[in-house]
Amino acid sequence: MLKKFVLALALSTVSTMALAQEPKMGGTINAVIQPEPPGLMLALVQNGPTQMVSGNIYEGLLRYSKTLEPQPGLAESWTISPDAKTYTFKLKQGVTWHDGKPFTAADVLFSIETLKVTHARARNNLVQLDKVEAPDDYTVVFTLKQPFGPFIGIFEVGSMPIIPKHIYEGSDVKTNPANNTPIGTGPFMFKEWKKGSFIQLVKNPNYHVQGKPYIDGIYWQIIPDAAARSVAYETGKVDVLPGGSIENFDVPRVSKLPNTCVTGDGWEFFSPMAWMWLNNRTPVLANKKVRQAIMYAVDREFAKDVIWNGLGKVATGPSSSAIKFYTDNVPKYPYDPAKAKALLKEAGYKGEKIRLMPLPYGETWSRWGEAVKQNLVDVGMNIETIATDVPGSNQKNMEWDYDISFTYLYQYGDPALGVGRNYVTSAIQKGQLFNNLEGYSNPEVDKLFEEGAVATPDSKRKEIYEKVQKILVEDVPVAWQLELQFPTITNCKIKNLITTGIGVNDGFRDAWIDK
Amino acid sequence: MLSFVAQRIVKGVFVLLAIIVMNFFLIRLAPGDPAAVMAGEAGASDEQFVQQLREKFSLDKPLPEQLFIYVKGVVTLDLGFSFRQQMPVAKLIAERLPATLLLTLTAFGISLLLGITFGTLAARFAGTWADTAITVSALLFYATPIFWVALMSILLFSVYLGWLPSFGYETVGGNFTGWAHVKDVALHLVMPAMTIGLFFMATYTRMTRASMLEVKRLDFVKTARAKGLRDNIIQRRHVLRNALLPVVTLAGVHSGTLVGGAVLTETVFAWPGIGRLLYEALLQRDYNLLLGVFVVCSAMVLIFNLVTDLVYRLVDPRIEFAS
Repeated sequence: MLKKFVLALALSTVSTMALAQEPKMGGTINAVIQPEPPGLMLALVQNGPTQMVSGNIYEGLLRYSKTLEPQPGLAESWTISPDAKTYTFKLKQGVTWHDGKPFTAADVLFSIETLKVTHARARNNLVQLDKVEAPDDYTVVFTLKQPFGPFIGIFEVGSMPIIPKHIYEGSDVKTNPANNTPIGTGPFMFKEWKKGSFIQLVKNPNYHVQGKPYIDGIYWQIIPDAAARSVAYETGKVDVLPGGSIENFDVPRVSKLPNTCVTGDGWEFFSPMAWMWLNNRTPVLANKKVRQAIMYAVDREFAKDVIWNGLGKVATGPSSSAIKFYTDNVPKYPYDPAKAKALLKEAGYKGEKIRLMPLPYGETWSRWGEAVKQNLVDVGMNIETIATDVPGSNQKNMEWDYDISFTYLYQYGDPALGVGRNYVTSAIQKGQLFNNLEGYSNPEVDKLFEEGAVATPDSKRKEIYEKVQKILVEDVPVAWQLELQFPTITNCKIKNLITTGIGVNDGFRDAWIDK
Repeated sequence: MLSFVAQRIVKGVFVLLAIIVMNFFLIRLAPGDPAAVMAGEAGASDEQFVQQLREKFSLDKPLPEQLFIYVKGVVTLDLGFSFRQQMPVAKLIAERLPATLLLTLTAFGISLLLGITFGTLAARFAGTWADTAITVSALLFYATPIFWVALMSILLFSVYLGWLPSFGYETVGGNFTGWAHVKDVALHLVMPAMTIGLFFMATYTRMTRASMLEVKRLDFVKTARAKGLRDNIIQRRHVLRNALLPVVTLAGVHSGTLVGGAVLTETVFAWPGIGRLLYEALLQRDYNLLLGVFVVCSAMVLIFNLVTDLVYRLVDPRIEFAS
């Protein structure tokens, strides 16, 4: 049954790609959004639901294909200087904000300065930026202090949303009342937000891509219970269940409903990777052999096949196979309880208690925690499960108050953006999330990540990143589990919903309804 | 009576203040704060980001100062700003309160009406098959978890029969007006109201039955019967009226808690009310919003308790207001 489901998933993906039809105009898409976003001003709030809704309202300079190749967005063309330090973007002319004012390079400069203050990820992405200038209204030039390999990959809407200067200039961006009625250049305009019920977006009649968007509007429906979200789809009240909307164990059932299409596409840029933080500071886990034993002890194929219904891939190391410079030429850790036991014996493990904290993100994650606990108990480890909610889990991770802790993080297409931060010594910062929480420190790894970010050309970067992947997989600073896949489920009448590597977070500008 | 009400209000204000102070410290005992939650949701954090959030929410100030700021706000009817929802708490609650009141008052009405009716019938036909059927059903509704009843009703009435909408307050995008709007909301209301209503109905059924059977044995009922009054008059005027006091007490306690007590039902049915707001605020450690909902719920409990005391007097004129 599992094989059938995965095959159906693959076939439905292929079939939706293969059936090229003439788009039809009109209609409204009902999609689920969960949880309710705290705000829609993308420069201020960067959580998943905000990106999903506001990716329709705002735009970035570039979009990225499913193979993460840059595509035109608000910039129609771009050039990179031979020394890889100057990036020149030619902006599209004739673009207007939703209030009718023209979009120019001044908006881009203003957005960059704002994001440096309000957007933690953009601030990090712009660390090598020396200056940004606008020689004319439709040209923007970024000059870097030194080459930065992933720079061309940081311009998608969630990473660098362009906001209107004329609305925010001279005001406190954080408290500007306009944040409640966001204005962008995107294919859809904000219409209404009935808190607790829905967010309504309507078609931007002056959108700069001729003929688009095809649909008249989107209702984002707020339904807090996962089972109720499944029912809403089943009863035809919603047409789109973005990845992660329903519990994973419900995906095979819902996927088999009549006229239902499923795709795993649209997560290539984010490449969500699940692993377990192993607190390298605790005496037991400071021992590399114990960490390696954990890798051998955990049956990751079982987790993929049973807990995640065959979706995703067993991770081979710190990089997802979807991002640049990935290699599987690294040491392997197949499920081998006997080897795990032998390593624990060699390490002198005497049954010290180890706390395991599953991710409190719902039933699938709880079950995964239970399965891993059983695997570890089977090889003789003394495991105590710690149950907490999301704030508690964040707090414990931030304060390094854990032994083993589940997580999953996005990789943003390039190891310099989404991988290095988890392993370099400079990212060991108490009180923060998404950095080197495990406390691993290896000067060679630090040096390689530092070199990899600024090296040119890409062949040099490839060499560096392949080397660092091998070192990390040998050292096992964390226990990599799965490259996750969150299938997007839609009524098959919805066509062309996902056209980029950013997926539903990139807006519904290409989507249409086959009536 | 006026001095009684005035005294209760003054006492209520002090109780409310004590509740605010207790809740203020209680919710901060839970691990994690709004900055940790929002940093987690953002998928990126650095020192500047977390610090900005803590400053924005005044979480960097000492606790007593935070409490002083909060209480000062409440005294001037300012319940603060929701960290997560980016709106004044009072506005958020005001937006959600009507939906909750519609749901809970409907449920309350259903439960009282059906509960007292079935309780009376059970007592009237005590020991018969009708009594057994009513008490067993009441026990079933009382013992079944609300969320399960909710999910099963959705399965039956929305998925299989397709009679009722499974979620929300109204049809999104329906743009109904007038009676069509009323009908639309009513259809959305049926399942959540019945889910809560049936649970409380079970309580009132059992309470009414037990109370009526007890009153039926009292001397004044025998006297009424000896006077030659008809049975249905005895049941209605004498037995039921005297048996209602414990039901009124229970209803008073329930009515206050119903405002915040519809958490599960509002979550399963995506009903945009206070209960769901409370649940979300808790998961997001939205301190101001949590406290705001607690204040409103506590105030409701106090108000409904006062109303209950006044209703005692209506039900039983022998009761006097002690001032």
